[in-house]
Order: sequence, then C-alpha cells, then structure tokens
Amino acid sequence: MDLVVQGLAKAFRLLVSGDPEVLQITFLTLRVSGLATLISLGLGVPLGLYLAVARFRGRELLVGAVNTGMGLPPTVVGLWVSILLWRNGPLGMLNLMYTPTAIVIAQAVIAAPVVTGLTMAAVQQLNPKLRLQVLALGASPLQFWWLIIREVRFGILAAVMAGLGSVISEVGASMAVGGNVRWYTRVLTTAIVLEVSKGNFDMALALGFVLMLLAYSITYVLTIVQQRRRRL
Amino acid sequence: MTAVLEARDMVIRKGGRRILSVAHLTVEPGEVLAIIGPNGAGKSTLLTALACLDLPKSGALFFHGQRVTRANALAVRRRLAVVFQEPLLLDTTVLENAAVGLKLRGRSREAEAKARAWLERFGVLHLAAQPALTLSGGEAQRVSLARAFALEPEVLLLDEPFASVDVIARAGLIQEFKNVLGSTGTTAVLVTHDFREVSALATRVAVLAGGAVQAEGTPAAIAAHPRWGALAHPGSGINLSAFLSILQKPT
Repeated sequence: MDLVVQGLAKAFRLLVSGDPEVLQITFLTLRVSGLATLISLGLGVPLGLYLAVARFRGRELLVGAVNTGMGLPPTVVGLWVSILLWRNGPLGMLNLMYTPTAIVIAQAVIAAPVVTGLTMAAVQQLNPKLRLQVLALGASPLQFWWLIIREVRFGILAAVMAGLGSVISEVGASMAVGGNVRWYTRVLTTAIVLEVSKGNFDMALALGFVLMLLAYSITYVLTIVQQRRRRL
Repeated sequence: MTAVLEARDMVIRKGGRRILSVAHLTVEPGEVLAIIGPNGAGKSTLLTALACLDLPKSGALFFHGQRVTRANALAVRRRLAVVFQEPLLLDTTVLENAAVGLKLRGRSREAEAKARAWLERFGVLHLAAQPALTLSGGEAQRVSLARAFALEPEVLLLDEPFASVDVIARAGLIQEFKNVLGSTGTTAVLVTHDFREVSALATRVAVLAGGAVQAEGTPAAIAAHPRWGALAHPGSGINLSAFLSILQKPT
C-alpha cells in the first residue's frame, strides 16, 4: 500500500514539477497514439462503411479477418512491422526502424481493425431501410455516405475510444519497432516496462498513473460528447 | 399527355428470382394511383422501382417519356419523394429532418422556411426543435410526410404510410393528407393494404399479384372486375367482400 501511495505522490510531484523527461515521454505517447488513431480512422471508417453496405464474393472472409484483427496481439504486429522496416526488409530503404514513425505505423495496424469492426457494427445496427430513405431523399453517393456517417457518429466515437485505448496501452509493438530509445522513442508503456525491470516500482507506478490519467482524460472528453445525446 | 412515370416490360430480380414483371403501367399527372395486392405480391418492390431506387434488369422505366438510366437516376429521384411505412427519420432535429431533402438539392436558403411551412401544415411545427427520434409513431409519420411535401415532388410515392400510425390518429391523418393532395394537385402512388385508404384517396387502382399487374382501373371498376375471384382465394390476403363493399360505397 505504501508503494502505491509513494507512486501516487511521485506521479503528482513529476507532473507538478514538470519533469522534462516525463513530459517528453507523455507528449510523445500522445502524439504517436493520437496520430495512429487518426490514421486508423482514415482507413477503418471507409472500410467499415463499405463492408457494412456492400455485398461481394469473399466479403465474409474479409469480415472474419477484420474481426480477428480486432484482437491482434501487439507483439505479433511489432514483429511483422519490424520485418517490413528492418534494414534488409522490403521497406528498409525508408530508414524508419526505431523511429516514432515506426511506432505510429505499428499502432495504426493495431487500431485499424478495431475502428473498421466497430464502424461496420454501427452501420449494420441502422435500419437497412434508412439507407433506401436517404437515397430516396435525393442524396448523391457522397451525400449518402456523409449522412450515414452522421447517423453512426456515436458508434464511430466509440470506435475512436476503443482504437485509442488499444494503442495507448500497448507495449509489445512500441518496444519492437521503437526500441525504447531514451528521449526519442520511449513512450509511457515502454518506460513503465523499463522501470519495472530496474526495480523502480515507485517510478513505474508514477508513469502508470500518468498513463491512466491521460487515457481517462481523453476518453472522458469523448464520453461527454457521446452522452450529450442522452440528455436530448 | 405524357405519363409522369411509365414502366414497360419492367423486370426486377432479387437473388436470381424474378420478383416483379410489369408489362405496362403508367402514372398519369394529377392522379392518385393505389397499388393493392396480397402479401408478397411485389407492391413494395414496384414502389422502389418507380422511385428509381432499384433499376430494372430488363425493360425500362420512363420519366416524362425519358428513359431512366443509371446516369440520370439521381436527377429523376430528386424530382420524386418517397414515404415509407416506417418514418425513417434521421438522428437530428425535426426541422433538420424536414429540411434535409432540399439541402441535398443545394436549396439550403429556402429549406428551413419550406420545412417550417410543411411541418405547420401537418401540425407538428411545435416539435421543430425536438430530436426526431423521441417522437411518437404518429408524430414521426407526420414529419415524414412534411419532409416529402417540402420537396414539392412531381410524384409522391408512399408505401403503406399510415400503417405505423395508431387507429385513432389514422383517420385524421388520412383526411389531412387528402386535403394536402387536393390543394397541391400532387401526383401520388400509394401502396396500401387498407381498402378505406383506397376509397378515400385513390383515383385509380392497380391490383398486383405474383409480381404482375392483374388489373387496373377506377376503384369502382376494379371492385366489379371479374378476375377478382381468382385473386380472392383463401390465403391471398385479400378480403374481397370487405374490399367490394367499401369501394362501392366510398367514404
């Protein structure tokens, strides 16, 4: 219990004193996971919309792959992205291994199936006739998709929260492709692992509290937006 | 005078099965065409086809004599309006729902005023600021009708629009709808199961069974049609005697 109290106190001190390394790690975590979530939205929302509406041969295979992808082990993603970005790998010439960009790529791969799957589920929960009604209202293809996205906006918001939650908390991929390089690719989760391995439990706890605070703050804002509808 | 809508040898298939096969059907300007028939006759399929939401696999649909193709379907759809059995309102305010069709047509400036006028006409203007998904079935269907009329469509297509409205509110809404149709002179196609709606609203009736038009004519002529016997077999879903008695004594 003392350890937890010490950890909390240390977290408070670190935040109040503005410890430069903790701030750098926190901002990098925010930047990397935020960017990865944005990329996963760019990929996942259109794919989720398409899979929910389209009927084509092999659709079930693709939907099955997306659903499986929602539980992709970050370590496995880290391994595959490492193979791709390794010096001798197919994308080795980009020199991205052990950079924040490599972490963004790996985290986007982790979050994209989550966003795709949840977007697809949100659209499939709509009354199928609503799609017909939107077309009957005179919507062009672009207007049609815009109105459907607006109808499932709260589902997409849930997808954002789940996608962000899945990447901000992962450690395997960040460690594998980022390398936990101090002042460069160290994020909150990899820093926690390092502190635990060194036996610095109070520091690990402090970083853990920062991570939880960060995740909670972002999710809280999104939740406020999502729940506003209930008051209508 | 050219028909507003005309189907010629129109065939609609779903899952490889022929659902609809209409040799010839027209919708004339100013008329209210009721489409009746047993369950599974293809009435809703015919309505979605006439609304250019499902283009025929073979045969053709004409709008003012011009063939509807994939290329011009959107332009034609924008001159029509559809009201389905369920109100199918969007998750936004009532006013926004009533205005959305005009906004999609790039007529945002007039959208709100027109939407308000039509909400008032259907007695739901006081709900304008409310979230549409909190309305009762009757209120929601009034909004759905206001949304359709706000578009000032050349043809209004309705798929059992009063079925989701409770019995008490239905008679009043049908009367209001009739008044609006009369004052605007809107051409309408009405799919219905309720023969009282036929007698109250229709100027012409088409009887659909097995995906094909079996008979068409004025409500009185249809009531006296000799082929009714064939359609009134048990399980067809048509109560012939009720139909005849109501049609012969229009309310």
